[in-house]
Amino acid sequence: MSGVRHGDRGRRTMAHQLALLGGLVLLWLLLWGSFTPIDVVAGLLVAVLATRIFELPPVPLSGRFNVWWALAFLVRFLGEVIAGSWQVAMHAFNLRRLPTSAVLEVRFVTHSDLVLTLIAIAQSLVPGSIVLEVDRSHSTLFLHVLGVNDDADVDRVRQRAHDTERRILRALGTRAEYERAARR
Amino acid sequence: MSAEIIDIICALLLLLGAILSVAAGVGLLRFPDPLSRMHAATKPQILGLLAMLTALALDSGSWATVLAILPVVAFQLITTPMAAHMLGRAGYRVGRFRGELLYRDELEDDIARASKEKRPGKRSGRSR
Amino acid sequence: MIVDILHAAVAVLMALSIGLVLVRILRGPSIIDRMIASDVVVTILLLAIIADMVINDTRRGIPVLLALSGTAVLGSIAVARYVSRQDRRDGTGQDGGGTR
Repeated sequence: MSGVRHGDRGRRTMAHQLALLGGLVLLWLLLWGSFTPIDVVAGLLVAVLATRIFELPPVPLSGRFNVWWALAFLVRFLGEVIAGSWQVAMHAFNLRRLPTSAVLEVRFVTHSDLVLTLIAIAQSLVPGSIVLEVDRSHSTLFLHVLGVNDDADVDRVRQRAHDTERRILRALGTRAEYERAARR
Repeated sequence: MSAEIIDIICALLLLLGAILSVAAGVGLLRFPDPLSRMHAATKPQILGLLAMLTALALDSGSWATVLAILPVVAFQLITTPMAAHMLGRAGYRVGRFRGELLYRDELEDDIARASKEKRPGKRSGRSR
Repeated sequence: MIVDILHAAVAVLMALSIGLVLVRILRGPSIIDRMIASDVVVTILLLAIIADMVINDTRRGIPVLLALSGTAVLGSIAVARYVSRQDRRDGTGQDGGGTR
């Protein structure tokens, strides 16, 4: 991802890092629950210190972020969480049979680590599926899914995962990747 | 909306969280392997917490409370998948799951393909 | 009146659920089961603190909530790492996918 580096690429990465730093400052302010200038300065200090000490590779953002599609994704995601919770609860209270599960390999279109991470987080937050293994080089997640009884369930799980990817890409992925995901 | 109705809505949201907790407890006891039990664990962690925090925000009716609980939601949303992934990975690798309850295991197929000579004939996960 | 009954139901259900989870911690059988169950104990604790704040109309629990939700994950990570290291020493571990 970080092979070639053009002149203004560096400046763009810088801007993205600043955005992420802003997120850390915001978290600091929320933790303290007060918004005075001295809090902002202290938060900035802590954020810079934290990113210096625990240095991580820079996160390459696509530079595109659509608030409305992000909101649409969140609403849809909340619906999936509720549906998943209901299903897992039903499995727990169904005293007659134990649920079978499956470990499924799902391939994604994206090559962005950030998007793959977001997909993985979304998939594990929905009750009924957890991420067992990640293959970054092939953009592949291995999901453990509860309540898979036949091939139709397998297809549904894959479809849902691909749907999640498409929605995330629509909110913050590059246009090319979104189009490839939408065509699938 | 009158205060009484808000109180009842809050109580119902609390009840939802409590029911999800019970479901988690039952699932944790009944489900046959660690990975399935992990699914049972995730639902009070997400939906239960969201429901109860909504109740708290509604009950207090102040933006200060909402701002104070936002980091709780953020922490939970970030740390829960982390813990689930690491425990799930460890659980899968240790192999303490019951193969006959897996409908399909594509990860084992993949590992078997990657290291055919290292682990001959250990593909029990396919069968029910 | 209705609200009181609902609150009592919440208390009973949460006590029941923590009892169920404790049974799983006692029975195991593997350390991973125990760790998952301990995670759920922390979660139910979080929910209980929130319920207490709503029912008794206070805000005293919010710092506890923050601290618990931020640090609860450390235990799971420590156990998971410990288990996979032990696994590797046994020689049965596979380095198939590689998240690192």
